Amino acid sequence: MNWIVQNLWLVPVLPLLAAGISALAKRKSRTLAASLAIGSMAFSFLLSVWAFAHVLWLRSNGQATQQVFNFRWFQFGNDWLSLGWVLNPLTAVMLVMVTFVGMLIFIYSVGYMEHDENFTRFFCFLALFASAMLGVVIANSLLLLFMCWEIVGLTSYLLIGFWYEKPSAAAASKKAFITTRIGDLPFFLGIVWLYAQSGTLLFYNNGAGCLEHASINHLISQTTAIGFCAATGIAVLIFCGAIGKSGQFPLHVWLPDAMEGPTPVSALIHAATMVAAGVFLVARVYPLMSAHAGIATDLTTSTALQAVTWVGAITALFGAVIAVAQFDIKRILAYSTVSQLGYMMMGLGVGGVAVGMFHLITHAFFKSLLFLGAGSVIHGCSGEQDIRRMGGLRKLMPFTFATYTIGMLALCGFPFFFSGFWSKDEILHAAHSWNISQAPYYMGAFAALLTAFYMSRQMFYVFGGKSRLAESSEDHSHSPASADHAHHHGSSAPHESPLVMTVPLMLLAPFALLLGFLGTAAWPWFQSFLDDTQLTVNFGALLEGSMLPVMLSSSVIVLLGLGIGWWIFGRRPIKSAEAPDNLGRLSPPLFTFLGHAFYVDALYGATIITLNTQFSKISDWLDRWVWNGAVKTVTNIVLGLAHLDNFIDTHVVNSGFDEGCQSVSRSGQILSLLQAGRIQGYLKIVAGVLIVFTIILLWKAKI
Amino acid sequence: MLAWTIYISFLGALALFLLPSRRAAWARILALTTTIITFAITLTAFIQHRTGEMLTVAHYPWIPSLGIQFSLKADGISLTLLLLTGVIGVCGVLFSWNIEDRIKEFFAFYLVLLGAVYGVFLSFDLFLLFVFYEIVVIPKYFLIAIWGSTRREYAAMKLVLYSFIGSAMVLVGLIAAYVAAGSKSTALGDLAGYPFAPHFQMWAFPLVFVGFGILAGLWPFHTWAPTGHVAAPTAASMLLAGVVMKLGAYGCLRVAMTLFPLGLGPWGFHVLGFGSWRDVFALLAVIGILYGALVALVQKDFKFVIGYSSISHMGFILLGLMTLNQIGISGAVVQMVSHGILAGLLFAVVGRLVYSRTHTRDLTALGPMRLGKVIPFAAFTFVVAGMAGMGLPGFSGFVAELMIVIGVWHSYPSLIVFVAIGLVAGVAYIWRSMQMAFFAGTDLDTDPPPPPLPPISFSERLGAGILICASVIVGTFPQLFLNVIHPALNSPLFQGLRKGGW
Repeated sequence: MNWIVQNLWLVPVLPLLAAGISALAKRKSRTLAASLAIGSMAFSFLLSVWAFAHVLWLRSNGQATQQVFNFRWFQFGNDWLSLGWVLNPLTAVMLVMVTFVGMLIFIYSVGYMEHDENFTRFFCFLALFASAMLGVVIANSLLLLFMCWEIVGLTSYLLIGFWYEKPSAAAASKKAFITTRIGDLPFFLGIVWLYAQSGTLLFYNNGAGCLEHASINHLISQTTAIGFCAATGIAVLIFCGAIGKSGQFPLHVWLPDAMEGPTPVSALIHAATMVAAGVFLVARVYPLMSAHAGIATDLTTSTALQAVTWVGAITALFGAVIAVAQFDIKRILAYSTVSQLGYMMMGLGVGGVAVGMFHLITHAFFKSLLFLGAGSVIHGCSGEQDIRRMGGLRKLMPFTFATYTIGMLALCGFPFFFSGFWSKDEILHAAHSWNISQAPYYMGAFAALLTAFYMSRQMFYVFGGKSRLAESSEDHSHSPASADHAHHHGSSAPHESPLVMTVPLMLLAPFALLLGFLGTAAWPWFQSFLDDTQLTVNFGALLEGSMLPVMLSSSVIVLLGLGIGWWIFGRRPIKSAEAPDNLGRLSPPLFTFLGHAFYVDALYGATIITLNTQFSKISDWLDRWVWNGAVKTVTNIVLGLAHLDNFIDTHVVNSGFDEGCQSVSRSGQILSLLQAGRIQGYLKIVAGVLIVFTIILLWKAKI
Repeated sequence: MLAWTIYISFLGALALFLLPSRRAAWARILALTTTIITFAITLTAFIQHRTGEMLTVAHYPWIPSLGIQFSLKADGISLTLLLLTGVIGVCGVLFSWNIEDRIKEFFAFYLVLLGAVYGVFLSFDLFLLFVFYEIVVIPKYFLIAIWGSTRREYAAMKLVLYSFIGSAMVLVGLIAAYVAAGSKSTALGDLAGYPFAPHFQMWAFPLVFVGFGILAGLWPFHTWAPTGHVAAPTAASMLLAGVVMKLGAYGCLRVAMTLFPLGLGPWGFHVLGFGSWRDVFALLAVIGILYGALVALVQKDFKFVIGYSSISHMGFILLGLMTLNQIGISGAVVQMVSHGILAGLLFAVVGRLVYSRTHTRDLTALGPMRLGKVIPFAAFTFVVAGMAGMGLPGFSGFVAELMIVIGVWHSYPSLIVFVAIGLVAGVAYIWRSMQMAFFAGTDLDTDPPPPPLPPISFSERLGAGILICASVIVGTFPQLFLNVIHPALNSPLFQGLRKGGW
């Protein structure tokens, strides 16, 4: 076996060591912590590239591209519970992505967290997170995956709550951990069920793993009491874990709040890697997800995958709709992440591993680019996060502006040159030809329109017009979001960020641009790599079947979205931070202007936007009251039960004990009357008894 | 050599009593040396006997006319729990370094308690086991009543009464078994091999099981535990939650279940859906898990949170025992070790690191002190211990709960949901108390700076470090322990439970 396969464990263990050493280091050893974290990630990145090259080499030699290394952990009854790691194309791609993006974000953090007093702790947590995430990626055992998954959740908690003195950060971290943990509960049950059914938790083990034919067939043949096969039940339970981690509807509530953490954390954890872990999980257990009782053909879709598709489609639309009405630069991106994760899920459901994973990879690059750009903006504006107070940054922060634009166009899926276009188009194309329903396609297409719209809105607010930062500077210090950053910077004039922050942006930007060409329909290298099929170059594929119409229509949708965005926000610069949102102020002048040549188009625009605003409000309301309310209600019920139990414990269970004690001591008191301690009393009793006995004896003697 | 753990502990106690009274440092060092030697002995024994087979330590006739012997033996289960006792013993002394009041009596009682616990884990004669089991009660009472806090007389008396009720039930069951088997021998091996009549086992089993279960925090007989833990001084609550509660669980497994395996069998009829004592106790265990977690969720006193969390975790042990399969029972033993370590650690944090500095355990009062900033080490230790207890992978709680849950899946699939809810509730109460105790303070410049507290001493760091390492070792290499537990479970002693295979 190749060296890299045997020693793949080094990839997660290196950052773990870095985390361990910096945990023991003194608080002042900032350079040590940062260089350890970055150095370990760089080594992990090199190892990942080696692993990737190894898979490529195997592929070019026509060998099996999947290699596993298993070892025994502990004994379960008569069986051994084994753990292990697997190197296959999926692992290789994820490893390279996580280590590369992670390394850049680590470097960026050196600049962003420069003034924080807990710099060392921050890098310790970051390295621990990276280690756990890489563990998730290489795991060849659902149990090992779950273990790393939980540690990922823990580090996410620690990093969201990094500024725990801010009550909102503390609350957000708690919410994140508990919400994801709710999703992990069914996940854990799914694991136990899977183990009970198949007797192993290894994914691949020379034919004996739980994702291999024998086990899958066994799982399909088992039918549960409710009628579907065990495979479906287990797959749906596992998917619940993915829903929690990947912020899918209805467990997405934690993700926007998680933006309370430092921005590099948002970029690394809540955009590029951790939230994608749910998508990765579904991709990893895809054989289980796609298992169904019918004849195995490509035309039928398993129940579990249908669930994945619908949840994904709903989330994609839901996130996009809410993003339209947000004013916090990071919250817009957060809802956009929710929406994009929905796309990935949908892609997995309708198109398979390669389709979903392709979007995951491209999204990781352009969304971390966007988040780091947003961080640079926030850094430059002294901690301001409200887009209404920004503006005019195009000139003031040229590097940030340029790279942010690339990220934004990639996210919108701007035709042909941006990676998001190709990966999103793959998903839409697969959804278009899905055999169950067309609805996910339309939901996805509409979400794409909204994405282009809200991103252009954000661009015009942040970078267009003139700076509105000065006018709000008097109430600046009261803004809670800015509290953590404001005191770090004396100047309030927007300024470009230092090189340590802009260089990672510039390194990410080319990937956001070009990565899409790895997976076009003409040259589907990425798809063939993941699915391990023959790669063919076929420019004709771009024109075949529904490919071209879908591609053209999605291009039109993106342009339309950008156009509407420009129409509403870009035409006239936003003058005042206090002015109401143009979208909310569908003023009469707008309507008179609509009466001109573009009347029909504009009418469409207006109706859609009105509906949209209402829908946004409804969704926002739902988000605030219904889903949040549901969580609160459950909490209150549990608390009520807990108080009841406490009452019972104090007054019933415990007072029973006390009553018992009291009755014992009461009877003791009665008995103690006999022993009053006065000798005269005892003598009296003795004398009395003596007399009685004497009388009795005399009586007997007489007879 | 293992027998010396008992003798050395008792000798150490005697030496402490005889020590000139003013030498506090000597008392500490003597206690620490004694516990370290006993720990070293248990560790050596654990390393030497890798196979986990039955090992005779000492065997002398004691009262031959009644068939009572001084019989000390150890198998894998005992070895594991002896090692746990050794670790907790050392750490308890480390966390009592600051005690000034009547220090030599304190450590003397502490060592008597420790020696008696070693005795229970080593005894393979039921009479001897019972004697040690009773000795445990006495130092417990004095440790709480003299050095305790919060309603200490009440708590000490309650604990003693509950212990004696339990002992009385056990004694009745044991004498009945001894007589029924012909009054020849009190050796556990002889009695466990004797075929008692099924109807006899049907009433003797619940009697003895509940008798031991009281000490293991079996719901609804748990009420001594939270008050007792809270009132006890730190080292005593570490021993109490760490090992004394394990005595109960150990007795359930070692005595009740091996003597009367048929008592676990079906009654032949159903009452309220219960078909056997096994069903009843499994349900009580699950209620304990949920109930303990829920009550812990609304406590105002920090130590009560930990006290009730012990009830919840002990529920896992009892549930694991009731699965009657190898995974579940070995999971229960691993959970005994895990909970021993973690409860010890949690009580150390709350009792020693926090309470002895802040002099309050009220969660709302702790918040404004900003303990997360003032004593970050305490916050860190509590976070780690809490995470480990709630089953974070990499720590001992995870493997133990995983094994128990898989065992339960085989035996009681319908209970699994409640167990899982208990796991989530476990997250909630740890979270709530952590947030309120360590991170609730706001960092406004207008606030007065938090009062300075005495720094964390070296002995405290060392103790916490040892316990965290122990938890990580159990969590990452559970096979170390399973290697000796499995042969023990497959020994003839558990023949009746196995019924030919797990």
